[in-house]
Amino acid sequence: MFELQDVTKRFDSTAALTGLSLTIEPGRTTVLIGPSGCGKSTLLRLMIGLIVPDAGRIRFGDAEFSRRNVLELRRKLGYVIQDGGLFPHLSARDNISLAARPLRLGRDRIERRIRELIELTRFPEDALDRFPGQLSGGQCQRVSLMRALMLDPEVLLLDEPLGSLDPMIRSQLQEELRAIFRALEKTVVLVTHDLSEAGYLGDTLVLLRDGRIVQTGTYQDLLHAPKDPFTSAFVRAQRRDLDPEGEAPC
Amino acid sequence: MLILWLALCLSLLLPGCSPAGDRGAPLRIGSKAFTESVVLAEVAAHLAREQGLEVEHSSGLGGTRLLFEGLRSGQIDLYPEYTGTLIEEIFSGEKLSGLPALRRALEREGIRQGPPLGFNNTYVLGMQRETAERLGITRISDLRDHPELVLRFSNEFMQRADGWPALSRRYQLPHRDVRGLEHALAYEALENGSIQVTDLYATDAKIEKLGLRRLEDDLGHFPRYDAVFLYRAELSQAQPEFISRLAELGGRIDAARMTGLNARVELDGQSESRAAAAFVSAEFDTETTAKRKNVARQILLRTVEHLRMVAVSLAAAVLLSIPLGILAARRRRLAHPILGAVGVIQTIPAIALLVLLIRPVSYFTDELGYPQAVVALFLYSLLPIVRNTYTALVSIPPALRESALALGLPPGFRLLHIELPLASRTILAGIKTAAVINVGFATLGGFIGAGGYGDPIFTGIRLNDYGTILQGALPAAALALLVQGLFELLERWIVPRGLR
Repeated sequence: MFELQDVTKRFDSTAALTGLSLTIEPGRTTVLIGPSGCGKSTLLRLMIGLIVPDAGRIRFGDAEFSRRNVLELRRKLGYVIQDGGLFPHLSARDNISLAARPLRLGRDRIERRIRELIELTRFPEDALDRFPGQLSGGQCQRVSLMRALMLDPEVLLLDEPLGSLDPMIRSQLQEELRAIFRALEKTVVLVTHDLSEAGYLGDTLVLLRDGRIVQTGTYQDLLHAPKDPFTSAFVRAQRRDLDPEGEAPC
Repeated sequence: MLILWLALCLSLLLPGCSPAGDRGAPLRIGSKAFTESVVLAEVAAHLAREQGLEVEHSSGLGGTRLLFEGLRSGQIDLYPEYTGTLIEEIFSGEKLSGLPALRRALEREGIRQGPPLGFNNTYVLGMQRETAERLGITRISDLRDHPELVLRFSNEFMQRADGWPALSRRYQLPHRDVRGLEHALAYEALENGSIQVTDLYATDAKIEKLGLRRLEDDLGHFPRYDAVFLYRAELSQAQPEFISRLAELGGRIDAARMTGLNARVELDGQSESRAAAAFVSAEFDTETTAKRKNVARQILLRTVEHLRMVAVSLAAAVLLSIPLGILAARRRRLAHPILGAVGVIQTIPAIALLVLLIRPVSYFTDELGYPQAVVALFLYSLLPIVRNTYTALVSIPPALRESALALGLPPGFRLLHIELPLASRTILAGIKTAAVINVGFATLGGFIGAGGYGDPIFTGIRLNDYGTILQGALPAAALALLVQGLFELLERWIVPRGLR
């Protein structure tokens, strides 16, 4: 689905990604994981064409991003960010249907699609006409997800979608997200810094550090077959609070 | 694209410039911002009406340059002037001597001069009589021994070639820190003792009333200021009867007469028009009546004029400023030049801008006053709107900007449905600021006869009449509040619900 070859990206003089190559398998959920500043969000932003690589190639299907096709390609990609990025001046309904408006899809078609989506995400119908300022954090993320899914994209890209939610809602939404991903059977790329979330939602995990891939594999691979001392260190740090022999969490 | 917009803005500004349209082109008379000039202009106006002409009198315009420039460029047809002002001020570089030389100089500019009316309204320096007596001052030379006296002169006198700079050189006066003061305020300042010396006109009605002493011009510094009418040369052909009637005035108004006419207005509270009508009736044995002014109607009329200035200039400014703000936000390289340019306009003093605009605007319209005021208001409105549009657009959170990009929304759609609505509140605040400032600033239009609330304010200052000043100042303040309230309502309507 996505083919990245030797991708390098710098911001000013700092390298965000260095010679990175990665293939995203269709129909699976790939999770980009790593400590903050490792380049995982940059990678996602490159994949949706918000930034362009300094070197290397990014192919989506048969295409590469160019000035001409950027709008068309983005419509095949759904993108969800941490706080939802909802437009405060538009109601939930208008946020969801926004991408469909320039395409002049009929009102009925849009309305039908919204029904499908609120059913999928279990979003309360009476909240559709509320503005983002009147919605809870979890509801905002649901609206953001529906907005990304409006045009039935081939790939769903999520950047820390649950990052700012409190733990109870977060674990509930993790379950729902997994169910949604299963139901959609779409290619999903998700960015998180939370290993258990990655293990719960992802088929493949890609561990990044300082703009390079440290290890690619399943959750079990990372846990039990670390190929790099950093993998073990990362896993240990994340599981400390679960490990009865480790120190108590502070 | 930008040029198209500019054309649209201009087209909005300029047709509005001729509110009356061309209905038989009335005779346009101008006068300066002091009673005598207005009275003389009214005398001419009565004579013209008597000949069946339609007359527009732009009274109390601010300063010689403005009127002469307006006469030369054809925005007014006639105004009363003084020979000394012409020789010393307008043609100061040419060292003209005598009336024939002046006549020739005027002819070159397409301007004719009627015969002298009969009085010499030269400048005199005046003091409170008791002060002068106490200090033993009778002549200007005596001021040399009293450097402690506070001297304040009209702004025009401060600037004139024969005004303060030349006077102080000629008499070797030691006074420092001599500044300008609005003529009408000078009397009060003399009375309450905050100043001791000011410039007066020889026919000034208040000299007797306030018990002022004229200081003798013992070195003969001041030239003659014989009152004459100036008019555009083509008027002799177009309205020969009127011009010959005007010529009959020659020698008929002596100093006593003029002082009397001034006193009728400034001391007895008659309108200039009535004082002039009485003079014309008596002098030419005809029936002339002054139009009675209905205060309520006047205020209504001025409100319409005022609103029109504000609305037209603001609409044009909005049309230009919002695209400029968008351009500055989109092309950051252009942000500095654009914001810099509209900022610089703001630093030009209002009255200077009004005068500076007379020439360029005269290429588009013959009218004096309203068009210049509208263009000036338009220019002053640019900064708040451009700056707010720019600031609002660049301060949209990056997460929202990227969300819009990631959704694959086309640029035009993003601007119209995402960025401008998000910026709407700040942009509207900019427009509101411009509107409220415009309501106040438009009163300065009175300086160049633009009408509106500035008219009574400037007239009131000239006549030292608080009532008249308030007739302009109060409605202007009320209008500013009203505009403010209107925009708050507008905000409810325009700013999207989710942002309130």
